[in-house]
Amino acid sequence: MIPRHLTLGVAVMLVIVLSMGIYLRQMRRSASQMQRLADDARPIAPPASGPTETVTLYVADDATGALRPQSAQIPLPGGRQQRAEELLRALLRVYQQSDSPHPLAPAADIRSIYLIAPGAAVIDLNTPFADQHRSSILGEQLTVNSLVETLAANVPGITRVKILVDGNSRETLAGHADLSEFFDVTTVAQTLAQGAQ
Amino acid sequence: MLTTKTHKTLAVALATVTFLTAATTADDKRLSIYSSVATYTLPVIDRLGREYVSLLEVLEPLGRVSAHAEGQHWKMRFNNTDSDFVAGKTRIKIRGRDFTLTAPFLIDNSRGLVPINSLSALLPAFLGNPINFHEPARRLFIGDVSTQVTAQLDSSNPPRLVLNFTAPVNPTISTEPGGLRMLFAREPVVPPTNPSLTFDTAITQATFSESNGTADLTVAASVPLMASFSNNGRTITVVAISSGSPAASTSPDAGPPPSAAENQTTSSTPQPSPPAKRILAIVDPAHGGTERGAALTEGLEEKTVTLGFARLLRHELERQGFAVILLRNGDDTLTLDQRAGSANSAHAAIYVSLHAAAEGTGARIYTSLLPIASADKGPFHAWNAAQAPALPLSQSAAAAIISEMQKHQFSARGYSASLRPLNNLLMPALAVELAPGPNGLSDLPSANYQQKAAAAIADGIASLRDRLGAQP
Repeated sequence: MIPRHLTLGVAVMLVIVLSMGIYLRQMRRSASQMQRLADDARPIAPPASGPTETVTLYVADDATGALRPQSAQIPLPGGRQQRAEELLRALLRVYQQSDSPHPLAPAADIRSIYLIAPGAAVIDLNTPFADQHRSSILGEQLTVNSLVETLAANVPGITRVKILVDGNSRETLAGHADLSEFFDVTTVAQTLAQGAQ
Repeated sequence: MLTTKTHKTLAVALATVTFLTAATTADDKRLSIYSSVATYTLPVIDRLGREYVSLLEVLEPLGRVSAHAEGQHWKMRFNNTDSDFVAGKTRIKIRGRDFTLTAPFLIDNSRGLVPINSLSALLPAFLGNPINFHEPARRLFIGDVSTQVTAQLDSSNPPRLVLNFTAPVNPTISTEPGGLRMLFAREPVVPPTNPSLTFDTAITQATFSESNGTADLTVAASVPLMASFSNNGRTITVVAISSGSPAASTSPDAGPPPSAAENQTTSSTPQPSPPAKRILAIVDPAHGGTERGAALTEGLEEKTVTLGFARLLRHELERQGFAVILLRNGDDTLTLDQRAGSANSAHAAIYVSLHAAAEGTGARIYTSLLPIASADKGPFHAWNAAQAPALPLSQSAAAAIISEMQKHQFSARGYSASLRPLNNLLMPALAVELAPGPNGLSDLPSANYQQKAAAAIADGIASLRDRLGAQP
């Protein structure tokens, strides 16, 4: 016959082992969630404040290989530079929707936009924007045209645009579209107009 | 001390000179390959007193092929067949089985060269199909692709020689004093049972011969001759013309006259036509080496598709009479500046960069979207806008290619793109991005699909030959 104190001891041990297993599982789940948050490269932008304005976004469409103007109402802050950033972030949100006509990576973002005199704008993309962009001439050029046209159409006075990635000049966006030079807003607009004919 | 970059630049310059020398040699040795998926011509290289050919180029249009060198070993995979070659050795392995070459295997600029007279034994092991190699003529037939010809003389006045082919043909016809010559560069025409026929009329002889990758049918006569096509290109009628003969003023064919496109007519003249000026075209397979381009499917990289496509375009342009330089003929890494420098120093008449993409359908033709130009310095053009003077002709070439593609029921559209090295080129320059066809992504590596596109591009470029030839 098994002594009573031995039976109680085994029962207590089993309860302790079960409790530790449950605790360990919860700890692993919590650690995994923290890792996911740490891996998310999306910067947390402060919410835009300011009066809501109607802007025209030039949205790329892979199916037609062209840009189409699309009106959007977004809150725009007072500063010219902040307005430009909000504008392109609104464009980016269109591309990150599930039914996007020109999908971009969920982690893609605009780090900053610098408006430098006279008439020059510098768009600084984050690394996932370029690294996770689909590689093709048409896809990359549509992205570039969309950024340049949207900026030029809504921020008066911009005549040329340069695109950086993570603060550095980069040879191409994803293997094709040349980012080493300033884009001439007029030339881009003319070629888009010719393509639309 | 020379840096690595300088070495690379010198190597590219040397390769360009070598290519140029090869391209302008009139008597290049060639191997023609006829198969159900593609017909193409390859250069034959003389090494160690024997004739060699690049095995990769032989197999590239026929399936998926990749190769890499490991020391003295050169390993190649064609579809699912693995093979192992050793530089300087005749013993090779295909699917683990031993084969013996007639001369040592060679590696030349990363290309694996095999003796041409070993192809009869090698190719069936890779292809699983019988081949028929007319070795002295360097004409190789894969599968049942031959076109038969029969000749029949009609001795009526004027005499006419009717040549019937089992498939449509489109030979280059030239006239010489005392005869008419038909050159079959792309058709798999095989010799008839009796390759030389003698007649007792004004048409005295018809002789079939083949050499250096082409077939040749020469008709000798004591009077001038005229040739006409009928039966959708399956019949060529050669008729003797004498002054006052009915053939000089009426169609030699009975029945209704064929359509203009079908009925090409050539009459003999005593003066040989002057040789056409050879125009230099640069074909640049984009990406390569460590720069892989887009991942089109799992395991299919853009750099692989562009290389195969470029080789087919080279054949098509050469068929149109162009001299062609491939900027990359292996898995080599070239910078954009090296590509631009090679093309500019070659003083080519046109530059075509080839790309491939998984999105969309058909083909997209790009000309340069020029950035804001730096100022020219005296006679020196700004590097980032060197294309500016040639851009109108680039756009004309793009329009001509789009038009030809649409004629071939190939979806094509033109765009401007900020794409290097187009901006840095002094000659008309464009890029072609091949997208999937009706069969989806499987079209991209298909030699048949690529050849259809390449033929349309070559036709488009050839339609501007006079304007391109006027370039400095």
